[in-house]
Amino acid sequence: MLSRVAESVFWLNRYIERAENYSRFIDVNHQLALDISEDFSNQWMPLVYTTGDAELFSKKYEHPTSSNVIQFMTFDEENPSSIYSCLRAARENARTIRENISTLMWESLNGFFLYVKEAKERFTIERDLTRQGLSVQLSEFLGEVRKNAQSFYGCSDSTISHDEVWNFSILGRVLERADKTTRILDMKYFILLPSPQDVGSTLDLLQWLSLLKSASAHEMYNRIYKKVHPVEIAEFLILNPYFPRSIVFCLQELENSLESVSGTKEGLPRNPAQEAASSYLVKLKTESIQSIFDKGLHEYLDDIQIELNQIGMKISERFFQN
Amino acid sequence: MFANDYITENVYDEMFSSEGYPRNSYSALKSKMESLGGSELVKRSSSAEKALISLGITFTLYGEKETTERIMPFDVIPRIVPSDEWIRLENGLKQRIQALNLFLSDIYGPKKIIKDKLIPEEILYSSSGYLKQCEGIKPHNNIWIHITGTDLVRDGLGSFHVLEDNLRCPSGVSYVLENREVMKRTFPELFDKLQIKPVYDYPFHLRSMLENLSDEENPVIAVWTPGVFNSAYYEHSFLAQKMGVYLVEGSDLVVDNYKVYMKTTKGLKKIDVIYRRIDDTFMDPESFRPDSLLGVKGIFEAFKRGNVALANAPGTGVADDKVLYSFVPEIIKYYLGEEAIIPNVPTYLCSREKDLKYVLDNIHNLVVKAANGAGGYGMIIGPKASKQEQEEFKLLVQEDPRNYIAQPVLNLSTVPTLIQDKIEARHVDLRPFILYGKDIYVMPGGLTRVALRKGSLVVNSSQGGGSKDTWVLSS
Repeated sequence: MLSRVAESVFWLNRYIERAENYSRFIDVNHQLALDISEDFSNQWMPLVYTTGDAELFSKKYEHPTSSNVIQFMTFDEENPSSIYSCLRAARENARTIRENISTLMWESLNGFFLYVKEAKERFTIERDLTRQGLSVQLSEFLGEVRKNAQSFYGCSDSTISHDEVWNFSILGRVLERADKTTRILDMKYFILLPSPQDVGSTLDLLQWLSLLKSASAHEMYNRIYKKVHPVEIAEFLILNPYFPRSIVFCLQELENSLESVSGTKEGLPRNPAQEAASSYLVKLKTESIQSIFDKGLHEYLDDIQIELNQIGMKISERFFQN
Repeated sequence: MFANDYITENVYDEMFSSEGYPRNSYSALKSKMESLGGSELVKRSSSAEKALISLGITFTLYGEKETTERIMPFDVIPRIVPSDEWIRLENGLKQRIQALNLFLSDIYGPKKIIKDKLIPEEILYSSSGYLKQCEGIKPHNNIWIHITGTDLVRDGLGSFHVLEDNLRCPSGVSYVLENREVMKRTFPELFDKLQIKPVYDYPFHLRSMLENLSDEENPVIAVWTPGVFNSAYYEHSFLAQKMGVYLVEGSDLVVDNYKVYMKTTKGLKKIDVIYRRIDDTFMDPESFRPDSLLGVKGIFEAFKRGNVALANAPGTGVADDKVLYSFVPEIIKYYLGEEAIIPNVPTYLCSREKDLKYVLDNIHNLVVKAANGAGGYGMIIGPKASKQEQEEFKLLVQEDPRNYIAQPVLNLSTVPTLIQDKIEARHVDLRPFILYGKDIYVMPGGLTRVALRKGSLVVNSSQGGGSKDTWVLSS
């Protein structure tokens, strides 16, 4: 397959996954804001730190009000990672490789884009009218974004051959997902508790719970663990080999798809992207959650992000640039 | 349902005779429309439009500030061509393509037609479509024009004429295929009742024609697009997908040792046949325009050596020249010994002194066009232009007479068209698509373009034109 096409498929899926995860990020905060009505107003900036967009945000907006942060992350055209920008980029990428994806996928993505675009126009008008932020129909919108992303994945998984195009889709999807799962986990690092004594309090657990929900992980988590506990939540989202949003699961998928697109058999020389993914997976699997907490969860999540970045760069060098 | 002033004089209407009776081929459609009624027609029209938007069938418009993507306006009332009329058109088109192909082989080869003084030498060499780099080239099976989209129009009396040959990179076939899909959803009852010739197999014909351009058993085929910013990009990717071939851009290609390769995730892969949707002179900065950023260095040389087939072959644009167009009836006679089945539109050549004088004196009654213009640009429709516009255009013509031709204003035929909730008459042309491979295949029907502005004769999509499905009846 053409390198250019591989790259577009890869990015197309990263953008969809990113849009979906942004809706998850906003949702955690939104849910928290609804649960804890008193004094949540200063809890929107952590969201921007989590996604790594603080610099751009501060350039554009004076105050991290809920309205500004939500606007920035949903519809701001100048934020390349806003949900709207992601969908626009995903669709542009899909247009350049239209002949490699199925009509059902294209229609699904096109419909997704048109939905977000229409919502953007609608919400922008309402926002100007009320200056209230987007909270009224926000949950519904964020839910639709997730549903649309899942529906796109469904079309992708069931209407195109699971050959190179599909495998590069998976690479983009899981690499982005793993990165965003680390950031969802990391949100707890930035969301401050009113005082140190609140560790383990109802409020603390409530925050952990909404974080779990935002990764759509609470149901699967409950099947394994008895109660909401920070260490176990981290264990589940990092090390669980079966949950599709955990880091280890994503890396397993990454390893499989890399093997497929490289066409290397076991024991034969492997390319640097494969090497990097495999050896990191092996390393992660030897960790226990205790050893991770000993190193510091926030620092450990940082390291995962760096590793994922490097794998991404090696994929690009090996397959996209020649 | 029909607007009160629907029937007009001096124009051939596709549905109604001049006495106001529906023609036979349209009677089923007319009664269907009447039984549906205006509001149901509007409803079906808007659901057809939604289907087109969700399919993302768009063309790109480049404005001053931002680029916008639009769907080509689509009218749900089809244009019908009866079978006997179609058979004549099909034969006429085959004849024309065959003759034009022989003409290209000749002018880039022995030049007999010049030596026999049928066509003045200076007219050939002054055509901007003439590429001297192509002299001596022998494309595979001596076929130059693999894909043609001939523009046909009716005059006021209803007889078909060839308006333009479009031998370079004619576009619009994707609309034909998509329009048909949408129409099948919109009027399933009529497809049941009428024997409408199918068009869905065009991509198969196209693919097998391209395969035959290579001696390889399983040739690697690609459609070459200038890129996603090209206004016909949708069509390029559509055709690649329907044929199941690669869609490549210049940056995907590289020439090594006179062979063309594309860059893949597994290294370089040789390409055997390229359906190029990029203009001749942009293809190769080494052989043609050095400023082309879209092109691939060395691809022309690879083509010359027979290592890659290009469809259409470079150099075909010369036969699109509107001055040479006026010679096509003689070209047909010269190479085939036959009279042209479909006539040309009478054409005045401004390079001829007598014609020039006539054109300058009668510009208010004529359409004047630049010989190398396309897409409705570089032309003036005398009767619709102001006095000042006429005078300005006359100056242009006098500066460069070789580059202009003139034709009488043809009152193109009209077809019923849904305008808001009324049916009004709008002018149309017809662009059938012709493939020249082992044999010549003419797609039944083609793209009917409709000028949506009342009274307008300009059907180009860039200037307020839309499209309709074209139904060729098999009996």
